[in-house]
Amino acid sequence: MSEEPIKTDVVIVGAGPCGLFAVFELGLVDIKCHVVDILPRAGGQCTELYPEKPIYDIPALPSVTGQDLTDRLMEQIEPFGAEFHFNHRVDKLERLDDGGFRLTTDGDVVLECKAVVIAAGGGSFTPKRPPLPGIEGYEGTSVFYSVKKIEDFRDKDVLIVGGGDSALDWCLNLQPVAKSLTLIHRRDQFRAAPDSVNKMFQLVESGDIKFELGQVTELHGDDGQLTSVTVKGPDGNTFEQTTEVMLPFFGLTMKLGPVADWGLNLEENLIPVDTEMFQTSEEGIFAIGDINTYPGKLKLILSGFHEAALMAQKVHQIVHPDQKLVFQYTTSSSNLQKKLGVK
Amino acid sequence: MAKITFIEHNGTEHTVEAEPGMTVMETAVRNSIPGIAAECGGACACATCHVYVQEPWREVVGTPEPMEEDMLDFAFDVRDESRLSCQIQVTEEMDGLVVRVPEKQF
Repeated sequence: MSEEPIKTDVVIVGAGPCGLFAVFELGLVDIKCHVVDILPRAGGQCTELYPEKPIYDIPALPSVTGQDLTDRLMEQIEPFGAEFHFNHRVDKLERLDDGGFRLTTDGDVVLECKAVVIAAGGGSFTPKRPPLPGIEGYEGTSVFYSVKKIEDFRDKDVLIVGGGDSALDWCLNLQPVAKSLTLIHRRDQFRAAPDSVNKMFQLVESGDIKFELGQVTELHGDDGQLTSVTVKGPDGNTFEQTTEVMLPFFGLTMKLGPVADWGLNLEENLIPVDTEMFQTSEEGIFAIGDINTYPGKLKLILSGFHEAALMAQKVHQIVHPDQKLVFQYTTSSSNLQKKLGVK
Repeated sequence: MAKITFIEHNGTEHTVEAEPGMTVMETAVRNSIPGIAAECGGACACATCHVYVQEPWREVVGTPEPMEEDMLDFAFDVRDESRLSCQIQVTEEMDGLVVRVPEKQF
């Protein structure tokens, strides 16, 4: 069941710093954008990996944190009214007969546009898969990296592995419906909201949650149905834990993901582009920021900003083929200042 | 300078020169040591530069700070000798250091 397509000029895949600045550069040349990102917020790696860490090589900002840089970019692009689709991953990219594109997300949002800008950085943030032999065979049937519907876990023996907020939140949310709930973590310290940790320990106290110290080392079962796991305890001894379902929460890692299936030329998981307009092997599809490659490429945010500016010139030709683009400065152009809302 | 030996999971050894002040992770990346992903580039935010530091080097290298210990929760096959190599700053005293690279960083 797919939704009515949303029509726009450009879809930007990725809301990291380069994707955000692309909104700005495209906005200046009258191009409307929709931005899709798998994460729940803007900023990409800047906010996911190092929100509090200073970046020292943004021109004119001697030191700025990942979060601050993102906040400032969001403020800077505000006048252009881009629409964001967070928690969505673009799964499909098809070319339409009119030369445009249709993109479909994993949440069934369908976007139609005249050009696509891939600003996907290191790829999609996806849950880490524990390197346990045979785990692939249980995924989707007994092993889950997220919870879509709590009801799916009703009356099941559930095992949660990990010690972060996701692990603890799902312990608390699934315990009331599960037949049994076991939490396995390598230590008795948790990197999670203290309130969740306290609630979890209360449930352990009352016998509603079983907590075991250790690390899962093997999975056992048949035909995708898990029956038990082997756990190595802190003393090095192993024991078996029976379970029907396992939810491992080991954080996120970056994977190229569906971009690999969009028919673009790739070089070692990067997208080769030209350095005049940062177009890929496909007319109308551009790639900027860490995900692209060209002779001399540096994975710097400032390089991605430059790439966004040049890309916008070419995209303007595609979106507004009848208009001649006159180069203007934001300092002196009253036309640009009007778009920025400062005049 | 300090010499550091990285031992891959399959036993392959790589001995490289490390500059004091740099991290063990940076040394690994600069020398293209397989098995050190270092996705976040040294922000102690990803746990993909996980290594094992065995005796007699554990005292020289020290133990993880709480932030690193938290991040080790996101690593696989964590042991007492686990460290994140982005959090180990090379000193002259580490000349001869041996670190083992786990089978997988996820």
